[in-house]
Amino acid sequence: MSIRGKAFIAGAYEHPLRNIPDRSTPQVHAEVALGAVTDAGLTLDDVDAYFCAADAPGFGALSMADYLGLKNLSYLDSTEMGGSSYVAHVGHAAAAIAAGKCSVALITLAGRPRNERFMGGGARFASAPEAGFEALYGANVVSSYALAARRHMYEFGTTSEQLAEIKVAASLHAQHNPDAFLPKAVTIEEVVESRLISDPLHLLDCCVITDGGGAVIVVSPEVAKSLPRRSVKVLGHGEATKNPDNGRIDLTYTGAVWSGPRAFEEAGVSHADIDYASIYDSFTITVLQQIEDLGFCAKGEGGRFVSDGALVAPHGRLPFNTDGGGLCNNHPTNRGGMTKVIEAVRQLRGEAQPAVQVPDAQIALVHGTGGSLGTRMGSATLILGQEDS
Amino acid sequence: MSDLPVMAPMPSVETAEYWDATTEGRLLLKRCDACGHVIWYPRGICPDCHSTQTSWFEAKGTGEIYSYTINNKGDGPWKAAAPYVLAYVELDEGPRVLTNIVDCDQAALAIGQRVTAVWDDTGEGHALLRFRPL
Repeated sequence: MSIRGKAFIAGAYEHPLRNIPDRSTPQVHAEVALGAVTDAGLTLDDVDAYFCAADAPGFGALSMADYLGLKNLSYLDSTEMGGSSYVAHVGHAAAAIAAGKCSVALITLAGRPRNERFMGGGARFASAPEAGFEALYGANVVSSYALAARRHMYEFGTTSEQLAEIKVAASLHAQHNPDAFLPKAVTIEEVVESRLISDPLHLLDCCVITDGGGAVIVVSPEVAKSLPRRSVKVLGHGEATKNPDNGRIDLTYTGAVWSGPRAFEEAGVSHADIDYASIYDSFTITVLQQIEDLGFCAKGEGGRFVSDGALVAPHGRLPFNTDGGGLCNNHPTNRGGMTKVIEAVRQLRGEAQPAVQVPDAQIALVHGTGGSLGTRMGSATLILGQEDS
Repeated sequence: MSDLPVMAPMPSVETAEYWDATTEGRLLLKRCDACGHVIWYPRGICPDCHSTQTSWFEAKGTGEIYSYTINNKGDGPWKAAAPYVLAYVELDEGPRVLTNIVDCDQAALAIGQRVTAVWDDTGEGHALLRFRPL
């Protein structure tokens, strides 16, 4: 069974704030949930399926369903794949809708890392089977991605200037987004001359740290037809995990090598059909590896691919992250998958910022990586199309 | 001893033998009795063939750098230790292990460089596997 055309994204909402000192995390979940159902032309009483990940406080979906007053749930999913969770959730929601388990699915993400220490992972990670062999060596998020960047440079000659091209493209987009955390365009020189956090990654190779969140509504074709807004068709979904593989870790590729082909096959589209791509950008190296692994260029060619404005909207070969992405706009609670889905919905509705709207964007790809390029990751790919695609 | 933070591990019944050997400065690895693959990290199932018959053996404690980074911004106890070197070392027995490179000229490190094990006493009965250039 395929999910192609069996579900539609009918509502999407990104919280406009990037620093939220005056609300609780559950309140931010509520604000984005209400924003998304309102965007769809629905209410929370219409929701019969709820999806969340580890950013949802307490008992995850159970606590949030109680807090939000979701009274009609017949389907719950707390799949946790780090920042890629919300990309995967759209695929899971489409599958559940296609199987007749539900017809209006709400997916939420919210958190406040600028104001509140994230309480989700500590005890669970301390008891992970790998903890005694990894957690004792001072590996943090940036340094584990830096290991991947160094090895990619060693094997393929990738340069810091090429990685900087990715940040520059994101910043050119962010300058048109009034909500962007970093709305100023930057140059290659500014990126490579910013301070080294964990070499070879500089400060400007890293995503922003923001409070906020977002939500989307996935509905059945029947519900989509009944709603006033243009919706977005779910065409394909792929998922995978990549890990150290019993001591053979290869830091030069991601799980996109598996999730990407699965999504393309289900959607029945090719790379040439992709008008816009939301590509997970926790760091510049994340984007570079995923572009290769998704098949937009050969392995090792990513540096050259991004070097001639390929990523710059609206006319680059592969316009990406037109909201400014996690590198410049928003990376709410250190999880970028939700905002990737939301910007793809804007593009396919023709509602992106006019300066970066891809003309008549018909087909979009969304890809997320959660966890770490340096150890283990969850990868999720979506192919979305215009409502009548 | 390096001057990096030394955090005590939490050995489980599955990994106690590994940690006990660290006290004597010996690196134990597991090998699958069924398919012969060296297993990393140590565990009671072979991720290659899924046999649960595995045996410990002593590794040489030498290898080469697969990748590394000089981290200028550590978290928690690692904040004061920066800049420090995080690396994957490919052991001569095969597995690539996450570790630190210590007692080194950080600016002179290179992928492919030969390294040997050094053991940092945790003060709680075990030691952490780190490496220095040969």
